[in-house]
Amino acid sequence: MMWELIQSNRRKSLVLFFSMGLTLLLLGYFFGSAYYPDGGGFIGIFFALIIWGILSLISYFSGSKILLAVSGAKEVTKEVHPQLFNVVEEMKISAGLPAMPKVYIINEIAPNAFATGIKPENSAVAVTAGLLARLNRDELQGVVAHEVSHIVNRDVMFMTFAGIMLGSIVLISEVFLRSLWFSGGGRYSSKSSKSSGQGQMVIMIIAIAFAILAPILAQLLYFAISRKREYLADASAVRYTRYPEGLASALEKISDNSIELKTANKVTAPMYIVNPLKLKGQKLTDLSSTHPPISERVRILRNISSGANYIDYQNAFNKVKRGKVSLIPSSGLADQTTVGLKEETISPVSLGLNKQTQRETGDIMMKVNNYSFINCSCGLKIKIPPDFKKSELFCPRCGRKHSIQN
Amino acid sequence: MTGLIIVLVVIAVVVLIVISMYNSLIQLRNRVKNAWSQIDVQLKRRHDLIPNLIETVKGYMKHEREIMENITKYRSQAMSAGTVGEKAQAEGLLSGALGQLRVQVENYPDLKANQNFLALQEELTSTENKISYSRQSYNDQVLFYNNKIQMFPSNILAGMFKFNLEEFFQVEDEKERAVPKVSF
Repeated sequence: MMWELIQSNRRKSLVLFFSMGLTLLLLGYFFGSAYYPDGGGFIGIFFALIIWGILSLISYFSGSKILLAVSGAKEVTKEVHPQLFNVVEEMKISAGLPAMPKVYIINEIAPNAFATGIKPENSAVAVTAGLLARLNRDELQGVVAHEVSHIVNRDVMFMTFAGIMLGSIVLISEVFLRSLWFSGGGRYSSKSSKSSGQGQMVIMIIAIAFAILAPILAQLLYFAISRKREYLADASAVRYTRYPEGLASALEKISDNSIELKTANKVTAPMYIVNPLKLKGQKLTDLSSTHPPISERVRILRNISSGANYIDYQNAFNKVKRGKVSLIPSSGLADQTTVGLKEETISPVSLGLNKQTQRETGDIMMKVNNYSFINCSCGLKIKIPPDFKKSELFCPRCGRKHSIQN
Repeated sequence: MTGLIIVLVVIAVVVLIVISMYNSLIQLRNRVKNAWSQIDVQLKRRHDLIPNLIETVKGYMKHEREIMENITKYRSQAMSAGTVGEKAQAEGLLSGALGQLRVQVENYPDLKANQNFLALQEELTSTENKISYSRQSYNDQVLFYNNKIQMFPSNILAGMFKFNLEEFFQVEDEKERAVPKVSF
């Protein structure tokens, strides 16, 4: 059943993917023709394909590594954050992933998360320290489930390749426009004779218009792919966790935050669970937004009452949207077995206080960076940096002596 | 001559069908076994965690002797259970008792602040989640396998080679029955 879902997801994406590819080819053709009217168009296509091919190869073999490095994510072991590890493992079981995803923590206060991995066998889940500090167990589970479903639904694969295509289009347009700027169009005026000048002029104008429009068009397509996938990932997350409220309240908590994620950019933005970039004055239903409005996602999740199957999510979606948009392919809806909802986990710690959240964030970041901790009996938690050489130290508050094992 | 060839071809086709049917039955049975071992690992993990939990909790909870005795009792019942059905029932009772313990913990603020206890509780919660998530895939596999065994024509082969029906791992009903009753 899941496989058919992936298949239909793949088919839809391919259409969008090919329209982006067509844009890329047209771009190459017009730029080529603008410079060399005789057969230059095909040289242009050739170069466009080469640029795209090289970028795709790089992203296929080391895309996740680059993405993780760019976002400043660090791989962690279970000792650093047992709960995160457990939650990822639970979702691995629930989603039937063939291998345990690697777990990364990003040293950022802004709460967010993303998944990478073109193949499900070799994937990774990254969350920010701020997210870990703010969310309780059920909420964290919801977020991780959402990310894992991006891997299972092969969203990561398509977003990576679509992102690369977008990158190529932006790159080629930029190079063309700049070369025009520097050559001042001199090349075209010297090469073409007066008779073919007019036709050449038209092609030139088309090329310039294309150079300006194509990146925007490609971005809109990219975002369109991205938005639809967010709903499907939410639906899968509900199915995996069987607890819609977890993800709903996690999304609420995340959207409450006003800090922008420093390590995210326009191309990596759709990878995150919520848009990491805050655009000023952006309308919620704006075409250029990578994610559906959070309030709407939360409302859909809260409208799920009967069960955790895909059909329950689709029903809730229809109720909120007051329309019949087929969000989930019919193969996903054919399975009408009731998947029971889970009860709430009683979580031992709830971090409501802002100060406490910040302290917790700091602790997680320090753990990621190999700091060790000593709990002094006076109640002070002493944090020791990894390059601390001495074998003992005194508590700064009460003066007790502590020995350090290294 | 042609008659002989036809007979031979028919026999060959039948043999091939039988082989592929047999292999698919074996494959399905192995999948059920594999899915079961996923659950079994988690059940064992839970059994290992319980003595530690009791040890940690004992010092704090003086008045919940009964719950702790129940946990110990159900744990040993679960460990000695043979069939899937028996296991499911014993594990259901164990889950219920652990749930009761969890509710009672709220009355002991010192215990809630104990780092060791918190770590244990996290592990237990996670193990329980893993059990419930792997149970679904196990039951799916069992349904698939049992259907194959009972449906024509693979049922003939299943009868010949003694492929037996597998049991579902159903805890849900017991769990609901064992929902902790808290009286205030």
